[in-house]
Amino acid sequence: MSPPLLGVEEGGGKTSTVATSPSIDGVSHDCLGLKERNYLGLSDCSSVDSSAVSSLSDESKSNLNLKATELRLGLPGSLSPEREPKLCLLNTGKLDEKPLFPLLPSKDGICLSLPKNIASGNKRGFSDTIDEFSDLKSSKYTEGNWMFHATGPASETAQSGGQGKFPGNAGLKAMLPSRTSGAQSAMPKEALPKPASECPRALNGTGVNQTRASNNAPAAKAQVVGWPPIRSYRKNTLATTSKDNDEVDGKPGPGALFVKVSMDGAPYLRKVDLRNYSAYQELSSSLEKMFSGFTIGQCGSNGTPAREMLNESKLRDFLHGSEYVLTYEDKDGDWMLVGDVPWEMFIDSCKRLKIMKGADAIGLAPRAVEKSKARN
Amino acid sequence: MDPKKPRDSAESESARGAAQFPDEVLERVLSLLASHKDRSAVSLVSKAWYHAERWSRRRVFIGNCYSVTPEIVARRFPNIRSVTLKGKPRFSDFNLVPQNWGADIRSWLAVFADRYPFLEELRLKRMTVTDESLKFLALKFQNFRALSLLSCDGFSTNGLAAIATRCRNLTELDIQENGIDDISGDWLSCFPENFTSLEVLNFASLSSDVEFDALERLVSRCNSLKVLKVNRTITLDQLQRLLVRAPRLTELGTGSFLQELNAHQYSELERAFGGCKNLHTLSGLCEAMALYLPVLYPACANLTFLNLNDAALQHEELAKLLLHCPCLQRLWVLDTVGDDGLEAVALNCPWLEELRVFPANPFDEEVNHGVSESGFLAVSYGCRRLHYVLYFCRQMTNAAVATIVQNCPDFTHFRLCIMNPGQPDYVTNEPMDEAFGAVVKTCTKLQRLAVSGLLTDLTFEYIGRYAKNLETLSVAFAGSSDWAMQCVLGGCPKLRKLEIRDCPFGNAALLSGLEKYESMRSLWMSACKVTMNGCEVLARERPRLNVEVMKDEESSDGQQYKVYVYRTVAGPRRDAPPFVLTL
Repeated sequence: MSPPLLGVEEGGGKTSTVATSPSIDGVSHDCLGLKERNYLGLSDCSSVDSSAVSSLSDESKSNLNLKATELRLGLPGSLSPEREPKLCLLNTGKLDEKPLFPLLPSKDGICLSLPKNIASGNKRGFSDTIDEFSDLKSSKYTEGNWMFHATGPASETAQSGGQGKFPGNAGLKAMLPSRTSGAQSAMPKEALPKPASECPRALNGTGVNQTRASNNAPAAKAQVVGWPPIRSYRKNTLATTSKDNDEVDGKPGPGALFVKVSMDGAPYLRKVDLRNYSAYQELSSSLEKMFSGFTIGQCGSNGTPAREMLNESKLRDFLHGSEYVLTYEDKDGDWMLVGDVPWEMFIDSCKRLKIMKGADAIGLAPRAVEKSKARN
Repeated sequence: MDPKKPRDSAESESARGAAQFPDEVLERVLSLLASHKDRSAVSLVSKAWYHAERWSRRRVFIGNCYSVTPEIVARRFPNIRSVTLKGKPRFSDFNLVPQNWGADIRSWLAVFADRYPFLEELRLKRMTVTDESLKFLALKFQNFRALSLLSCDGFSTNGLAAIATRCRNLTELDIQENGIDDISGDWLSCFPENFTSLEVLNFASLSSDVEFDALERLVSRCNSLKVLKVNRTITLDQLQRLLVRAPRLTELGTGSFLQELNAHQYSELERAFGGCKNLHTLSGLCEAMALYLPVLYPACANLTFLNLNDAALQHEELAKLLLHCPCLQRLWVLDTVGDDGLEAVALNCPWLEELRVFPANPFDEEVNHGVSESGFLAVSYGCRRLHYVLYFCRQMTNAAVATIVQNCPDFTHFRLCIMNPGQPDYVTNEPMDEAFGAVVKTCTKLQRLAVSGLLTDLTFEYIGRYAKNLETLSVAFAGSSDWAMQCVLGGCPKLRKLEIRDCPFGNAALLSGLEKYESMRSLWMSACKVTMNGCEVLARERPRLNVEVMKDEESSDGQQYKVYVYRTVAGPRRDAPPFVLTL
């Protein structure tokens, strides 16, 4: 991984300037383009080959290397420093085979958005972000299917024919996902030479193995982009439909539970499938990766069961200390601090998430603490 | 579309003599012509007719937005009220065309704002439409009535909000299968409270919640509403409330059909459906539960088009439903119904003309899911009027197809997709040549054909020789040599659109169509064996074609190209992105 890109990285993605020179492209797209998007619910994907999915979900439910899911709010070129090297390491091998980030568009056009982004700075033009793949978004696609590049293992690539669509993310401007989808595509396609453990930064046990491809690829023949010739939009619809109706696979749960995640100051929203997580910790890490540049580091405290969070001063410290806090709107329409209630209760009542500036959320703290106290 | 060659004065004299009508009368007569093909023919008769036609034309259809410029269109047709435009090559639906390829409506709207300020309808397919364009549209065209966006991209629900807010006379808003940035459903609440003109509303493909009260009020006050297709966020009880306010609906797309209903709600819903006596098209039924399908029965008596794409039904449920649809002409299903379901179709739908079977799990390798040749065969026995089929399956035999077309010789559209590329007849292990040979020999009216399976050049010999009415041909993973494509280009006299991917056709094949491409709308070739050299030769020999080349990123050797060739009077396009090379 080239140092220059690392240099760009420091301080979080949001404000770093993105290098625009073509020489960086190869590297940056390595890191950017190949971000594996194991985002949400590969395990829920019935349309994905079930063996692939289950093998993935087995090991990665708690392993989601969301780091790999470089959904970055910031500039395309921005990567968190610790994440970069790994990605590049992992990717270089593969990248040789298939330049995902050429000056010409990638096969499914996903990476095309990258050069433009790199050149254009923070905000992506709409046309950059929304590609035809965002059909996925438009369909209420609750599966979190990550589409992979066509030539990857059948389970993944089939999904997309190159569509790295972000499932059902209403607010999700495809900027990031589209990049990552490209990344995803590349990843599964080639056998990842290095296991995720190489990643210098272990993410609290949540990290999808970047070598996901190796997890799940049954030796299926490579799927091809755009085959079978089903419209992207319809593909997602089908996937959702069949998933919902398919009991046979034994897929757990009544389906995905997507909620919108907004963040103060972010130009667009994201969606997360709450069923993909089993604890606050995972959710917070995932969101952290999604909205890089803000720290939910203290989410450790958010994620602990209510009784541990009694400490009002601890809460205050947390709120003062971090720039942002994670809040959610519950069924009654009230905005609550995340972390108060047991996880199961939380996902039952959570309708949407919001990452607020700590200052704004101060008012919530007393209530949260009161609730905790009341509970005890 | 090409301007007629100028007639010599003697001819036009006699023509004028023969038709002594004043221009106004001629225009009035010609204004009754609807079909654009008829109009094109009329415009070739004489100069007088050419002018009468162009002054009387209200609707223009442009099948390839780059074949002409908006200025040329506006110059020829001064009084257009309705424009239909198609942009990207069809394979862009399958992600074979990179993003930002073009087909942006912006430049068209700029010209229209100037020349067609009274524009009423805009129907776009595979175009790029930004929010700015939608806002521009809403602002500049006071009479704007109908917007239909199919498979477009580049816009968000904010653009829809602009349309809803400003277009006071809107009658149609039809948003289908687009690459839309679905930010929120607030756009629906932007229709003003005194807005009542809506007749068609289709937002089935959007995913955000809309404000239901706003929708309910909208439906209540728009008494002319005929088409309502809601999205999945609309629940069954909400649907019931909408239906009682819109009993005159002719087309309905339901939202989610998955909801726990109590007995009262169930009967209310059933009654609401019963009130819809005019329904001829039904779709939606997302995640339909067998338990609730019967509420539909009262509404199905006049149904001609049933779209079950979003309802993964099993064959029993489908069979019961079809019992109540005696008039069905068009049916779209998922292959979850299986061959058994198709047998039920054969039994219950004698008037069926169109059948589309989509795969529920297109990337699943298991052969025992979905439909096979026997389902198709059954339908062909039961539905003799079948003329349009789109069939995704995992196995097929030559014998079955031969029998199918014998049963139904009137096919106009035969699109068979055997999902495993290059798969032979699974019984005999032979190529599927004879299947498609039978199709083209028997179905003389065939206009559109999509082939699949293991195919040698023989298939294409058959196509070239027999498919005299073929207009559109889609080929993938087929053929053995250039000869195949040469047969097609040398044969089918009416060929307009040829799209090819992943076939071993090279420069010789490409160049064999030199005489043909100007009579076609377009040619697409990707992942074939064409080289830059061949494209350059084509471009040099035929300056009136645009030969656009993109590097094919999927190719293993990096030498493959995606080639898009189309006739044009507009010259090379000025908005080509850097990755598109126009030769």
